[in-house]
Amino acid sequence: MRALIKPMMQPHRLFLLAMGIAIVAWAILTLDWSWLPTYLDNGLLLKGLWTTTYMLVLSWAMGLFLAIWLGLAQAAGPWYVALPAKGFCSVIRGTPLLLQLWFLYYGLGSLFPQFPWIRESWAWAYLREAWPYGLFALTMSFAGYEGEVMRGALLGVPKGQLEAARAYGMPRLTILRRIWLPQAIRRVLPTLGGETVLQLKSTPLIATITVLDLYQVSLQIRQDTFIIYEPLLLLAVLYMFYTGLIVLAFRFIERQVPAKLG
Amino acid sequence: MNWLFGLFEPGHALGLLALSPPGWGGALLTGLSHTLEIAIGSYILGTVIGVGGAFGKLYGGPIVKDLLAIYTTAIRAIPELIEILLLYYLVPDIVNRFLLSLGRPRIDLPPILVGTLVLGFVLGAYMTEVLRGAILAVPHGQVEAARAYGMTPLQVAHRVTLPQMLAYALPGMANLWLNLTKDTALLAVIGFNELTETSLQAGGTTKAFMLFFTAAGILYLIISALSGRLFALAERRARRGQPSIRGGGI
Repeated sequence: MRALIKPMMQPHRLFLLAMGIAIVAWAILTLDWSWLPTYLDNGLLLKGLWTTTYMLVLSWAMGLFLAIWLGLAQAAGPWYVALPAKGFCSVIRGTPLLLQLWFLYYGLGSLFPQFPWIRESWAWAYLREAWPYGLFALTMSFAGYEGEVMRGALLGVPKGQLEAARAYGMPRLTILRRIWLPQAIRRVLPTLGGETVLQLKSTPLIATITVLDLYQVSLQIRQDTFIIYEPLLLLAVLYMFYTGLIVLAFRFIERQVPAKLG
Repeated sequence: MNWLFGLFEPGHALGLLALSPPGWGGALLTGLSHTLEIAIGSYILGTVIGVGGAFGKLYGGPIVKDLLAIYTTAIRAIPELIEILLLYYLVPDIVNRFLLSLGRPRIDLPPILVGTLVLGFVLGAYMTEVLRGAILAVPHGQVEAARAYGMTPLQVAHRVTLPQMLAYALPGMANLWLNLTKDTALLAVIGFNELTETSLQAGGTTKAFMLFFTAAGILYLIISALSGRLFALAERRARRGQPSIRGGGI
């Protein structure tokens, strides 16, 4: 707490702080927040927050899992594995996420109903909904970006470490599990925090394909009440809060992991 | 070559991409030019903001430093989509209030101008950080030597800091440019007819979503490949005389 207060005890910072408090007070008192209790009570805001959260967590976990394989394929695979992996990463990184999302939802989504066997299968219940397309697009996007990061991290692990492991007679999978992957992930951690924030900031795009996330909820509030700025301001504050949470979490994780690298 | 153009005739496989009206090729290219116009305009604006912001963050007074820190932190913590939407309403609102207070009539700002301003303002925050890092990477002795020669701060910036930091800044600036060309797609959400929005309209009319989104995707890939080349060339030029480091590019 002391470390937080001490840098604030300078005249200009106190002045800025007072200005900030004044602006917040002005926003609370003069802007129209009468809609807020309604949408807290009917649970729409919480539902949006939950959707954003699980989209972020699921796409993060699945994307990272895919990214490890994409990175391995590029760093250690033969050309017929490395080339498609590199192509996938380039295409994902070279086109807008919005385009990918719409490609999957409007393009692929309009192809599926043409096949009767898809419509009769169990998957149809999911393929009719919008959120699986959103989750899939977010996962692929995260995998594409992180695949490139993982490739760099895997190549950054010193050769001597791998040679020593091989000299101990470890099989290749054991080397990967014990030596290569842990060191690569340790290298990735600082980047990963930033990339997670970027992923959080891409989640509102799924609102464009009618998934009811936090952003879509604010659009709905705007449509219901004809209030333009207040829902967007609330949204901005919520996302900033969320970003702060992610940054703190990664700072905590980074502190748990010894920084010294061989 | 004729069979290739034949593919784009009406009734053939890619007939929907023909340049003249039954096909949507012309509309897609118009969308591409809008995308490029916005991207280039906001890149220039963002770079100007970034240079000012970087120097302000490094050499400004305490209040300037704190305000810039708030600007870069807030912009980078909020999703671009929300910033674009917020500013898209806010900028014309402020301009019109200003005009009304001067006793002039309201004006309708063209969306391309608002889009450029908004994306440029957002890019400025990222550019500030990239350029700040690059300025710090210039060896301090160089700046001190320039000062010892009696150069004014502007001369030091123009003759020593800016040319030298360019080599360090270009990789980051190239990344920002690539992100920016992709961020222009976000303007589709406010109905601006750039490449992604145009291909959605084309797909909606013809039901050939896959075709148009693939075509748009290829156009985006061409942009990023070409600009990757250009930035690699620029970086090599900026690095001339320095020990070689393996350059980027897509």
